[in-house]
Amino acid sequence: MIKIKKGIDIHLVGEAKKELRNYEPTLCAVKPHDFIGVVPKLHVAEGDEVKVGTVLFHNKNNEGIFFTSPVSGTIKAVVRGEKRVILQVIIESDGKYETIDFGKADPSKLSREQVADKMIQSGTWTMLRQRPYSTIANPQDKPKCIAVSMFDTAPLAPDDNFIIENQYEAVKVGVEALAKLTDGMVYLNVNSSATAKKLASLNFSAKNVSINEFEGPHPAGNISTQLNVLSPINKGEVVWYCYAQNLVSIGNLFLNGTYDSLRTIAFTGSEVKDPVYYQTRIGADLSGLYNNISSDLATVRIISGNVLTGTKINGDNFLGFYDSQVTAIPEGDHYQLFGWLAPNFKKFTSTNTMGASLCKKSKKVLDTNLNGGIRPLIMTGNFEKVFPFDIYPMQLLKACIIKDIDQMEELGIYEIDAEDFALCEVIDPSKTPIQQIVRESLEMLRKEMN
Amino acid sequence: MGLRKFLDNIKPNFEEGGKLHCFHSLFDAMETFFYVPNKVTLNGAHVRDAVDMKRNMIYVLIALIPCFLFGTWNIGYQHFLSHGETATLWQNFGYGLLKILPLYIVSYVVGLGIEIIFAQIRKEEVNEGYFVTGFLIPLIMPADVPLWMLALAVAFAVIIGKEVFGGSGMNVVNPALLARAFLFFSYPSQMSGDGIWIAEKADAYSGATPLGTILNGGGVDQLPSVMEMFIGTIPGSVGETSKIAILIGACFLLLTGVASFRIMLSTFVGAAAMGLLFNAIGTTTAMEVPFYYHFLMGGFMFGAVFMATDPVTAAQTNTGKIIYGFLIGAMAVLIRVANPGYPEGMMLAILLLNVFAPLIDYCVVAMNIRNRKKRWAKAEERSTK
Repeated sequence: MIKIKKGIDIHLVGEAKKELRNYEPTLCAVKPHDFIGVVPKLHVAEGDEVKVGTVLFHNKNNEGIFFTSPVSGTIKAVVRGEKRVILQVIIESDGKYETIDFGKADPSKLSREQVADKMIQSGTWTMLRQRPYSTIANPQDKPKCIAVSMFDTAPLAPDDNFIIENQYEAVKVGVEALAKLTDGMVYLNVNSSATAKKLASLNFSAKNVSINEFEGPHPAGNISTQLNVLSPINKGEVVWYCYAQNLVSIGNLFLNGTYDSLRTIAFTGSEVKDPVYYQTRIGADLSGLYNNISSDLATVRIISGNVLTGTKINGDNFLGFYDSQVTAIPEGDHYQLFGWLAPNFKKFTSTNTMGASLCKKSKKVLDTNLNGGIRPLIMTGNFEKVFPFDIYPMQLLKACIIKDIDQMEELGIYEIDAEDFALCEVIDPSKTPIQQIVRESLEMLRKEMN
Repeated sequence: MGLRKFLDNIKPNFEEGGKLHCFHSLFDAMETFFYVPNKVTLNGAHVRDAVDMKRNMIYVLIALIPCFLFGTWNIGYQHFLSHGETATLWQNFGYGLLKILPLYIVSYVVGLGIEIIFAQIRKEEVNEGYFVTGFLIPLIMPADVPLWMLALAVAFAVIIGKEVFGGSGMNVVNPALLARAFLFFSYPSQMSGDGIWIAEKADAYSGATPLGTILNGGGVDQLPSVMEMFIGTIPGSVGETSKIAILIGACFLLLTGVASFRIMLSTFVGAAAMGLLFNAIGTTTAMEVPFYYHFLMGGFMFGAVFMATDPVTAAQTNTGKIIYGFLIGAMAVLIRVANPGYPEGMMLAILLLNVFAPLIDYCVVAMNIRNRKKRWAKAEERSTK
């Protein structure tokens, strides 16, 4: 049992009940912006027929990575933005889910190249990402280890233990496949001893698998937090990672020979009438679920992902590629009289400065108000309380602001991702856009280094 | 919601192209004083902590209220005492208020005026930092300080101490202390000696502060009693005399977590350590002053609670804060005891450590960097094997 001590859980109203419903989207989209550093080169045009697993585009920057269709049907539109950048490839589903057969196989009997090739051809490879930079893993790299976070600690996060309940067969095969891809360890990180026991009973044939049980507040479920304990990333090293549902998809590829685009999502948040789990497809158009939202859509922010790191999808409505949660919370575009002095019992705070501090554990309805104006970084010592790394968060942030690459490296930027700063951003009284700053710095580093 | 309607009505005048656009920073400051703005999160985390900079700053101000109230009363009390008159609580307080209100008006008009002008030039929102600085400055002055001097000191502190570095959050030294130091070194005759600490003092009355007494070679027996120094019925700068009032403020700051307990605690530890060391040597009367007297004399406690803990000018790492506080305490006592020229060691100690805080942080962070580089080297060794 590994205990993560620093961090904070934000308790929100609208946790999903453990009830799984089916939601078949009529539209699905693959959005190149969901993947960092991907410049798409299209393989299809509007009107083309596609199956589950048909290549939609590949990455110009790394020709060997394919992005495939999550449903069968026809290409409805290729949406372009400024300078003709491709924003979305939208597929109209025919509801038949005809699949391309990539061939069943036992990964433990395949070579590393064969395992990787099958994953690449089917588009499953895109589920595997790397640290640093959080880009899609490069098949040519030799990762130090592969980490799988099988639990999520973000606010209202789906319970992976519930989602993979009946999927252990696929999990086993998925782990065997990952074990082929690295000479190092495959870390399976869980937060429940029941899941740990079930995983242990799977008797992996691969020897380089380690099951670790974690405990603690968010960000215990973040890959960086777990890696920081298990195997901190050093300069020049690459670590690959994915999440529980990705592991199931990888397993199903080898079990069934098809691209598994199923994705279970938790539909959560205070504005959801009946928060439950839905089984749907990656990139699903979620507008069919909006009748489950209790208030006027204009006053609600719909987020693909959680409230810390998710993306606002009002008007777009497609589930993000890596997301397994949708959150609906009220917009907060209202004024509050003397809000800086009010006890604010119904708001969230990590500090002891208001009434809300007395009821930190009660579930709250939080809106999107910034709760203050943007100021220079003045207060110190807060970030350290929610940042479970051997890293000085404020100093690293300042190195990012002044774009000093040497300092960023020395202060440990390779060990973290923008999402690890999400809690710092939430509690920052200066309301600095911290995740954006860190993301931009990581992008700058990635471009400098390659 | 009449106020909201009124603000919404006059708001267009202050926006780009409006008639009163040149006052938009002033309007922003007023509007955000009444209302937390309707701004929503645009990127990153969608929900935010309800705490903001305004709350943090105002809480320091609230913590200063006991010092302000007692200090105001004490101005009157000391004045009437020096004249050998007795006065009621309200007479004392009223006299003090007449003395201190002009200081506050000058401090805020000059300081906030400069802040608003700079905010407008920089196209930023007006920062709350000066609310605290402006409240602190009169509390660390003698009540009789000439207003033109105060205005000059405030302007110097805000422009040279803060704005030239980029405004709140970027300054190297504490602006309030800088204002005090500016006067101390520019007008020493009006800012030191025994005559200045009581408002319109009767000439015959001594009016020496405890620190002044020690400085002039007086022993502990010539000091006011510990109780008097603790309660604060002694001459001195307006806010510093009552240790009870300061401790009430300290409790508030520590409970709300606005000020760092690391700094506060280590400042006391540092002073105690240095005081005990001098007690052990004990070759002069100043060295023989019991170490806890240093907590009660002069601005030590006020400085430890309200000045040393300024997050901008203090060390920023947790380890750094402990070192920073310890050195402030130790340095304050060292200056008081070893240097006969400067009775108020606390002000100089804090200013000195303000300048050294970045160095302390640099060393602390360097340790972290060194450990990381060691790990990198080990990993490289492993991979080449």
